[in-house]
Amino acid sequence: MDFTLTDEQQMFAETARTLLGDTCTPEHWRKLMEQGQAFDASRWAQIVENGFTLLLLPEAAGGLGLSELDLALIAIEAGYVALPEPLVESAGVGAPLLASLAPDHPLLTDPAAIIAVAPAINPVVANADVAAAILIEQDGHAYLCAPETVTLTPAETIDPLRRLFRVEWDEARAEDLGPANWDLALDRASLFAAAQGLGLAQRSVDLAIAYAKDRTQFGKPIGSYQAVKHHLASAQTAIEFARPVVLAAAADIGHGDLQARARVSHAKIVALEAAEKAARASIQVYGAMGYSWEVDVHLFLKRALALKGAWGTPAYHRNRVATRVFTQPLGADQTFARETEHA
Amino acid sequence: MDLTYTPDQIAFRAEVRSWLEAHVPKEPLEHYDATRAGFEAHRQWEATLKSGDWGMVTWPKEYGGRGLDLIQWLIFEEEYYRAGAPGRVNQNGIFLLGPTLMEFGTHEQKQRFLPPMASGEEIWAQAWSEPQAGSDLAGVRSTAVREGDDYVLNGHKIWSSRAAFADWAFGLFREPGSERHKGMSLIFFRLDQEGVTRNPIRKINGHVGFAEIFLENVRVPSFNRLGEEGQGWHICMATAGFERGLMLRSPARFQQAAAALAALWQSRKDTCDPLLEADVVRAHMNAEAYALNIYQTASRLMAGAKIGPEASTNKIFWSEMDIHLHETALAILGAEAELLPPANKPAGAEHEWLDDYIFSLAGPIYAGSNEIQRNIIAERMLGLPR
Repeated sequence: MDFTLTDEQQMFAETARTLLGDTCTPEHWRKLMEQGQAFDASRWAQIVENGFTLLLLPEAAGGLGLSELDLALIAIEAGYVALPEPLVESAGVGAPLLASLAPDHPLLTDPAAIIAVAPAINPVVANADVAAAILIEQDGHAYLCAPETVTLTPAETIDPLRRLFRVEWDEARAEDLGPANWDLALDRASLFAAAQGLGLAQRSVDLAIAYAKDRTQFGKPIGSYQAVKHHLASAQTAIEFARPVVLAAAADIGHGDLQARARVSHAKIVALEAAEKAARASIQVYGAMGYSWEVDVHLFLKRALALKGAWGTPAYHRNRVATRVFTQPLGADQTFARETEHA
Repeated sequence: MDLTYTPDQIAFRAEVRSWLEAHVPKEPLEHYDATRAGFEAHRQWEATLKSGDWGMVTWPKEYGGRGLDLIQWLIFEEEYYRAGAPGRVNQNGIFLLGPTLMEFGTHEQKQRFLPPMASGEEIWAQAWSEPQAGSDLAGVRSTAVREGDDYVLNGHKIWSSRAAFADWAFGLFREPGSERHKGMSLIFFRLDQEGVTRNPIRKINGHVGFAEIFLENVRVPSFNRLGEEGQGWHICMATAGFERGLMLRSPARFQQAAAALAALWQSRKDTCDPLLEADVVRAHMNAEAYALNIYQTASRLMAGAKIGPEASTNKIFWSEMDIHLHETALAILGAEAELLPPANKPAGAEHEWLDDYIFSLAGPIYAGSNEIQRNIIAERMLGLPR
């Protein structure tokens, strides 16, 4: 029993933090938004160069063969900068799903290739415009669609750094890869959404801290008033009790049993709640500034809202936790228990 | 990260479980705050625990412990709550003062105080607060005047948990004329000694859960001072950190309550508001999140880290989750929620939901109010100005 991260895991996350933090700055968000873009080719090249897109791919498919925990740590950093590029969706969900169905697929030889995913649970597909291929769920099968075989209709979203599309596709022109483990895809996507939620939440708090130290009213920094302090302390508390759930969910996801799936759902619920709570606290601390386009906090609120509903709503995930609660043994000795048949 | 127990840890769990199955009283004891008899029955239980060497498992053997690590402590706690074993009447000693003594005490002090603490021969009360010093603890006015090798204590302490029946108390006393955080020392005194008067105070459930203590020229040897003279504030903060961060409320307590809540819901869901299911699931998630957070903290401490101001987030989280869990139970019980035992028995509630709900309301107040915890988080964790 050990709940600590290895030095290597922490170093990898640190590398991601530096890379993403250096390039994905407020000025950069503004530039992308002015251009109506949500993708920066040079940053994507750097992400690929650092091996982040290969992290979860098995070594047999040319990947690094690392774990969901390793990628979750990077997803936290992606959330902290509200990363527009589909690192998490493609490298965390799409590419590993393709590798599990067609390990020798030529797309997997290009670490820069973006694999978008269209599970039945999501009404829209993220990043379909920059994808080298889209994996579509139908009757439990995965169909691989090349970009030239689909019609994309943009679906505008409140998040200016997120690109969504409705996809029309033709079964006759798609490649049927057979029955796929869509449960695992959903678990991974939910886990990485949760991890991003932790990053989003912390950024919202950090932005508000900086402002509350700087802004003065009644002759003092507003951060010295308890009413302001308590908003941020509550948000930080939510983060502190979401983080270990996300890490435990990442460490256990491979079991794929009721307990593992409930923990992923728990992580998704509470991490995105923390993200929303933190963003709203931050907006309140910023006051009228917080309600303005000019201050960056709204980007974190909007991403939190987007990820909260994607890959299963809170109600969907709560039902998965309920299944664990009402069909499996409960109690103090069951924290790390695995599924039993005769509960 | 490896979230599986080692074979040794699994074997340890089995050992704890079988010992508890053989020794936990079949009938619940009267509450230790209810009467002297209830208190003494719990002291007897502490002696039974000690006879199996389970008094305080993390302490070194030479001080009455078992020399186990924090993961083993968590396993012990899980089995302890799972077995429905009696509450720890000496929690102020074993969970608060004990770890502090371990860090700041001399070898002689540890030898003197820890073994009878682990065995329940000496039961401890805390004496932090005073009428004028609650959240603003640095405002304590009780004094300790050095006379040769003794201190003479004077003052008035209040809200001292267990003080109505306990043997010893520890509290902060200041050098006359000293101000605020300076000049305070942490000193132990016997509650039955000359010059000490204790007046029990009833809690809102009617039990004498705490007392006020008047000290009039109470003479104690300087051996009873923990740490250096004037270092009291620093030591007190270390005690509080440990209390909030790890040991005061073990996750097992809430996990067992959340499991009982799920069972209560299952037995009554056909007759109550279906929306309450979401709260039952939430209570489970909260208890799990708390357990995972504590496992993370235990792993960090075992890897050499120290508890910091993040301990304050724990106190907020468990106290708020405890209220939510119990208010959910009362909502499920509906019109029967107000019934006291034995009238509440038809409700199928072997759990004392109402009394535990009442107790949960104290959570955001004791061990440093949640308002103070939020200030600590904001100032020491987030770096906001005072």
